[in-house]
Amino acid sequence: MRHLNSGRKLKRTASHRKALKESLATSLILYKQVRTTLAKAKETRVFIEPLITKAKKDSVPARRHVSRFIKNREALRVLFSEIAPKVQDRPGGYTRVVKLGQRHGDGGEVAIIELVDFNAADEAEKRRKPAKEKEAVTEKVEEKEAKADSASAS
Amino acid sequence: MPNPKRRHSKSRGAKRRTHYKATAPAVSECPHCHEPKLPHRACPNCGYYAGRVAFIPKGA
Ligand SMILES: [Zn+2]
Repeated sequence: MRHLNSGRKLKRTASHRKALKESLATSLILYKQVRTTLAKAKETRVFIEPLITKAKKDSVPARRHVSRFIKNREALRVLFSEIAPKVQDRPGGYTRVVKLGQRHGDGGEVAIIELVDFNAADEAEKRRKPAKEKEAVTEKVEEKEAKADSASAS
Repeated sequence: MPNPKRRHSKSRGAKRRTHYKATAPAVSECPHCHEPKLPHRACPNCGYYAGRVAFIPKGA
C-alpha cells in the first residue's frame, strides 16, 4: 500500500532532500525562474506554494515560520515585500512548470519552474516587439466581437 | 535454486528480440515558429510554450 507515502525521494537522504528543496525554493524566490529536472521542479512546487501563501499575510509569526525554510535573508525580504503583494489576489497556483524535453548526456527530463506573476522572459519578449503582436491580438478580438454581434442580432 | 536445463543460442535470443522495435517520437509543429517540436514541451527553437515565452533560446 502506498498509504502515507507522498512526495518524491529524489534518491537523497532526508536531510539532503530538505536542503535541496530549501535551496531550490530560495533560488526560485531570488531568480523567479529555475531550470532543473522535472521531478525536482514538481517537488519544489509542492514545497514553495504553501510558503508563498503563508507570506501573503505579513506578520512576525508568518515570517518566523517561513524563515525556517527560507534561510537567505534577502530571499525572505523579496518573498514578503515583492512577491507576496503581487500574488495577493491569486488563490494558489503561484508557480508554473514547463517541460523542456530531454537533456543530452543522461536523458533526464528538464523543466523550468517559474513564478506565474514574474515571467521575465515573456515580458522582455513582449517589450521587444509589442505593437505588432498586440495589434494582431486586438484585431482577432474585434473580429470575434463582430461575429458575436451579428450572431446575436440575427 | 532452479537453473536453465539447456543452453540458449544467440539466434534464439535474437529471434525473440525481432519484436523489439524503436518507435518514432511524436512530433508536433510549434504554433509560434512552425519548427517541429515535442508535444507538451516548450519549443527548443523559439522557447515558446502555450502562447508565452518559457525561456530565451541561446543565440537569440
Ligand atoms: Zn517555436
